[in-house]
Amino acid sequence: MLSTICAFINAAIVQSIPLLFGSIGEIFTEKSGNLNLGIPGIMYMGGISGIIGGYLYEKSADDPVPLLLVLIPLISSLLGSTLLALIYSFLTVTLRANQNVTGLALTTFGIGIGNFFGGSLLSLFGETGSISLIKTGICYKTPLPFYGKLGLFGETFLSFGFLVYLAIAIALISSFVLNRTRVGLNLRAVGENPATADAAGISVTKYKYLATCIGGAIAGLGGLYFVMDYTSGAWTNNGFGDRGWLAVAIVIFAIWKPKSAILSSFLFGGLYIICVYIPGLSSSAKEIIKMLPYLVTIFVLIIISIRQKKENQPPASLGLSYFREDR
Amino acid sequence: MSEIALELRGITKRFGSVTANKNVNLCAYRGEILSLLGENGSGKTTLMNMISGIYYPDEGKILINGEEVVIKSPRDAFDYKIGMIHQHFKLVDVFSAAENIVLGLEEQGRYNIKNATQRVSQIAEKYGFDIDPEKKIHEMSVSEKQTVEIIKVLYRGADILILDEPTAVLTPQETQKLFNVLRKMKEDGKTIIIITHKLHEVLALSDRVAVLRKGEYIGTVITSQTNESELTEMMVGQKIDLNIKRSEPVNPQKRLEVKNLDCKNRDGVKVLDNISFEAYSGEILGIAGIAGSGQRELLEAIAGLQHIEQGEIIYNDPKTEKSENLKDKTPLQIRSLGVRLSFVPEDRLGMGLVGNMDIVENMLLRSYRKGKSFFLQKKEPKTLAEKIIQQLEVATPSANTPVRRLSGGNVQKVLVGREISSSPTVLMAAYPVRGLDINSSYTIYNLLNEQKEKGVAVIFVGEDLDVLIELCDRILVIGEGRITGVVDGRTAKKEEIGYLMTNSNGGKDNE
Repeated sequence: MLSTICAFINAAIVQSIPLLFGSIGEIFTEKSGNLNLGIPGIMYMGGISGIIGGYLYEKSADDPVPLLLVLIPLISSLLGSTLLALIYSFLTVTLRANQNVTGLALTTFGIGIGNFFGGSLLSLFGETGSISLIKTGICYKTPLPFYGKLGLFGETFLSFGFLVYLAIAIALISSFVLNRTRVGLNLRAVGENPATADAAGISVTKYKYLATCIGGAIAGLGGLYFVMDYTSGAWTNNGFGDRGWLAVAIVIFAIWKPKSAILSSFLFGGLYIICVYIPGLSSSAKEIIKMLPYLVTIFVLIIISIRQKKENQPPASLGLSYFREDR
Repeated sequence: MSEIALELRGITKRFGSVTANKNVNLCAYRGEILSLLGENGSGKTTLMNMISGIYYPDEGKILINGEEVVIKSPRDAFDYKIGMIHQHFKLVDVFSAAENIVLGLEEQGRYNIKNATQRVSQIAEKYGFDIDPEKKIHEMSVSEKQTVEIIKVLYRGADILILDEPTAVLTPQETQKLFNVLRKMKEDGKTIIIITHKLHEVLALSDRVAVLRKGEYIGTVITSQTNESELTEMMVGQKIDLNIKRSEPVNPQKRLEVKNLDCKNRDGVKVLDNISFEAYSGEILGIAGIAGSGQRELLEAIAGLQHIEQGEIIYNDPKTEKSENLKDKTPLQIRSLGVRLSFVPEDRLGMGLVGNMDIVENMLLRSYRKGKSFFLQKKEPKTLAEKIIQQLEVATPSANTPVRRLSGGNVQKVLVGREISSSPTVLMAAYPVRGLDINSSYTIYNLLNEQKEKGVAVIFVGEDLDVLIELCDRILVIGEGRITGVVDGRTAKKEEIGYLMTNSNGGKDNE
């Protein structure tokens, strides 16, 4: 029994990491007032860019160095997702396009790019079969060296690749930056009331661009984790599924707080796979249980709407573009 | 005089084809309070926005302490120790006062909100502000928010403070408090520029007055050597009569009887408590009270927009001579009886007008039900819109300009004009002149008087006690949702009304 529970916790954490990256990225973005619904697409982009980088290196190098096996996909993933976030920023901040439309278009675009290269990368290089970066996958999955010595605790909590710890570290750092630093104060002001921030001498455009791009890069790591660690370097079209949307839901569930996003991601990750650990479920019951995260999100929305506490509301100018001379 | 702190030379600013400021020259000395006086749309705020870095002038020079400077952003303005307190507060609602005050600052060392809180308290003590630095903005009153704005610029070490219509939203007491603080700052050697169009405040507070008219600089006079009528003439360009003609009510009939009215607001707090009064045709009934004493709820209850807990509102229809209880009627039915509400709250676009629609379409909002065919008929509203633009001198490029693009005062004129045009039997106007310049204010007063002479029962909620006494036949004073007195407008004293406003335990009519 205990081992089942530990296996479940372990699996829940594994499931939660893409969600955590995605939601932290989205929280960062939304704190600047940009509602980036392109996050699911950006996460696909992060995944496929990592795959492309990793594939090119693994293919060209006869004896790949482990460090480069990690770094090259990591950097190409960051570049890919930042590029998409940059497109989003340019459209919504500079050209002041509608944020929802832009975001949804980017999601479609990102998923499309992912599936296109996922399906045709090998044939572009004259190979057949499906992408499988085994060496890179192994590097990404390398657990902490001492986890085996700590028994069941180590098995449950310390057996992950480095991206898991990076996700939690990023979440904690984000919380600190947002709440305890001047940059965070400025960023929150931009998202709440850009006219005020502008009058206070804060560059609204700079903050929106930076927050969206950094947020996009963080979210993209979720895609990278999925393809390199979760699926061990293999790409399946649409394999990432709707995790991107779950990440957006977690942002609301965690009421825009990075620390709450950690716990929320664990919860959602658990709910995502709990059906596997409940014995004797019919397939329709499984599907119903898979709906739980969304139901919980709706429930939370109802609660925070009823309570009307100002601090728990979304950033006040979320979804709106800012133009200084528009009075 | 002491040295010049700020000087403007030949400043011109255009927005598209509109020239907001044309060749403006102005100077302000250290340790003085300079009033910038002008009608709505005369370019006062635009001019000051150029000093504070929101806009950039097309032509001209800005000199600070005798040196020419370029101010391209609010940050540059801070560097030159210029701080502006905008009419619409630039504060983040979910932040505390201290957080708002340090926002955007790049101080030495680590970000530490505790130190900031301490410094805020010190500044508050020095100038006599009353503020809790840890209180969240959304929990604050308007006057507290203004205090935060002022401390914000002081915290940045501003030597030149610009205040854009600071008293528009304050009660008389709060205004006095603010003036005392401003005088202390002046003694401290700061330069204070205050944008306003309230003449008595100009005379009471400032050392010199600079006047703008239609974007052009008219001149500067020393306050002690001028008077209201001279200033008005400079401002408007012609002599205007500052007296309100009050005629005796003709054949007054009971039009509206409010009996024992109780109302609760959304949080379940009682906002109106046992209100009873009568409004007669052919008279102007004034309602005085500190902001938020239940005036809004009272008017909304009559218009059918507020749920009535208890009590009755009886309307005597002059056409059918029947009495009807408005309590059971929908807002639409009440409107069709001829009861009109022209509510002008702080947010002028919030009630009554749609910002993205043009003036004609906003007229149509009140008349589209009359249309018989499937298509909109814009001819009639268009005529009406043009009539209002002409009669009330609404400054707009055309009748097809979205209302949102008009300045505040002009928006107000459109709203009041539309409600009056529907030939009501009861006309309720709350703060119809808030933020309006003298000329437009008097246009509105005259319109109300015209309605009164036509036999309309006018209910006027006002904040300027001088005007209430001059305009109204009777004045109802409300304090904390209760009627604290009814006085005769012809004999009442300002002090008496002020006393009733703050004394909510009276509760008895002393007519």
